[in-house]
Amino acid sequence: MKNLAKYIVTRLLLTIPMVFILLSIVFIVLRVMPGDPVSSLLGGHAPEHVIEQKREALGLNRPLAVQYVNYLWQICRLDFGESMVFKQRVSKAILEKLPATVELTLCGMLITLFLGVFLGAYAADKRRTARDYGIRLYGIVVYCIPVYWMGLMLQLIFGIWLDILPIAGRTGPRVFASTFEKTGFYILDTILIRDFSALLDILQHLILPSVTLGLVLSGIFVRLTRTNMLDVLRADYIVAAEARGIRHRVIVYKHALKNAFIPILTMMGLQFALLMAGAVLTETTFSWPGMGRLLLERIYLRDYPTIQGIIIVIALFVALVSLVVDIIYAIIDPRVRY
Amino acid sequence: MRFSPAAAMARVISRFTAPAKKYGVEWWILVAGALIILAILVMAMFAEAIAPFSPHDQNTGPQLSPPNRVHLMGTDNLQRDVWSRMVHGSRTILRVAVLAAVISLLIGIPAGLLSGFSGGYLDRTLSLIMDSLYSFPGLILAIAFAAMLGPGVINITLAVSVIYIPTYFRLVRGQTLQIKEELFVEAARAIGASGPVILWRYVFPNVIATTVVVFTLNVADAIMIEAALTYLGLGLPPTIVDWGMDLSMGKKFLPSGQWWMITFPGAMISILALGFTMLGEGLAEILNPRLLER
Repeated sequence: MKNLAKYIVTRLLLTIPMVFILLSIVFIVLRVMPGDPVSSLLGGHAPEHVIEQKREALGLNRPLAVQYVNYLWQICRLDFGESMVFKQRVSKAILEKLPATVELTLCGMLITLFLGVFLGAYAADKRRTARDYGIRLYGIVVYCIPVYWMGLMLQLIFGIWLDILPIAGRTGPRVFASTFEKTGFYILDTILIRDFSALLDILQHLILPSVTLGLVLSGIFVRLTRTNMLDVLRADYIVAAEARGIRHRVIVYKHALKNAFIPILTMMGLQFALLMAGAVLTETTFSWPGMGRLLLERIYLRDYPTIQGIIIVIALFVALVSLVVDIIYAIIDPRVRY
Repeated sequence: MRFSPAAAMARVISRFTAPAKKYGVEWWILVAGALIILAILVMAMFAEAIAPFSPHDQNTGPQLSPPNRVHLMGTDNLQRDVWSRMVHGSRTILRVAVLAAVISLLIGIPAGLLSGFSGGYLDRTLSLIMDSLYSFPGLILAIAFAAMLGPGVINITLAVSVIYIPTYFRLVRGQTLQIKEELFVEAARAIGASGPVILWRYVFPNVIATTVVVFTLNVADAIMIEAALTYLGLGLPPTIVDWGMDLSMGKKFLPSGQWWMITFPGAMISILALGFTMLGEGLAEILNPRLLER
């Protein structure tokens, strides 16, 4: 366990250069390209001296290197600064939107895992049959469907034609925001105050976006589970289990799947970045008030501090997930030593 | 021997079916992918001949008409023919996706070769930068770049290409590290070959095979990223015909049920991406069965 702690600390330290590099790239790209927050604040026709004044107030007239060092120092103090376009702390803007994104990505991940792993295991068990080819085809096709199009088609089918599910937002009109003051995670909030009609409403709104996200990414997991399961099913201990007369279904879904799951878990950490990207697109398609939409809005406004803050949060999020995955890995597989 | 069309046909067909016996389904996946790509390439090349209307023609028939005999895929809110826009839009997406993958290949491969071959500080710095980029969601990076560069075909191509540079870098660097230790490289060094010669004549040819597969898969991915950027309204000026932009326009008509305006652009994006993915998967299975499992 001591080694594990040491490993965690090393990993955490390693995320620092990663965040730093990303931040530097974004910082430079934002400032080298034309356009700045002042023009989006004042419009294009403000008098010259007003623009100059505003630029000075925001510190945009100082040399790039000075701005950069100042910003880094600010980040070192864990201060994301204030938005350049709105009177708002960046950390507050992000914290408001973060729960929506986390809720969406977690539900999407669960659906992906569930679908991907079971279809993959089933395909491996039925190797070289029509069902196996069918599932593999599903894996490839679903991988090639852009998230946003999947979302639009599901909206069209379930929201417009069948008219059974809402297609936009996190809540319906009858659920009030004051219900969600505790955590911002709507599912958690409604359970905490035992408002089950609101919970139902929230779950209904969550279905289409998370299924969209889940379906598209499940293709990768189908293939991954299938190849890993094929390896495991060939192993001696599976043959031995068969020889002992254990039921086939138990062998496949209990013994084999458990062992095939470890590499799948590692992959999950890697795919998380893809999930975040998918979440941005899903959020726009479903008018989901999360970080992805915040990022897009602020990019149009050239709101430097908020954009940088969101990039940091996403980078940390990705790093954190891959760390958690590694720790789970070490716990479920006692052979892994760091 | 007399020439018989039937025998010639049989010979041509057997040329395609013979590898199928050796490789099985993977060969058919490859052929199917190639056929899809070919079909869309033909569409892009002969767009003027195939499309019944000009993609900009705002007077092709009734507004928002569902698919019918004249308008195979219906018309949009500006009375333009959706099918004609699909045919012409294939040019934009193919150009951007292929060019983006080529640009990242041209930067990623040399950087990976150099980094892996020379080692030391250069290797460590480059690896750190590339790993940071690699672990971050590519689309979000592309969004930031595309938004800052502003609309334009070249700009969107650059924004998309940023994503794949680390992919090539990591792949090529890893292989270079392996090949560097091989006996034939040592032999080359022993007969007095210089660094650049070893890199170009001995290491590079061995790396290129796997990059072919990765290239095809990257094009597939770039197609979806390009369409995503234009769907978000970031990539292109409105005068250019593009599937992603048509999709985002169709989105506005979803609540009123004009399904053809979202179904067809999205389906085209998926089919094109599917073509490249199938080609890549087939190639991967045939060239190196374990490549994609890693």
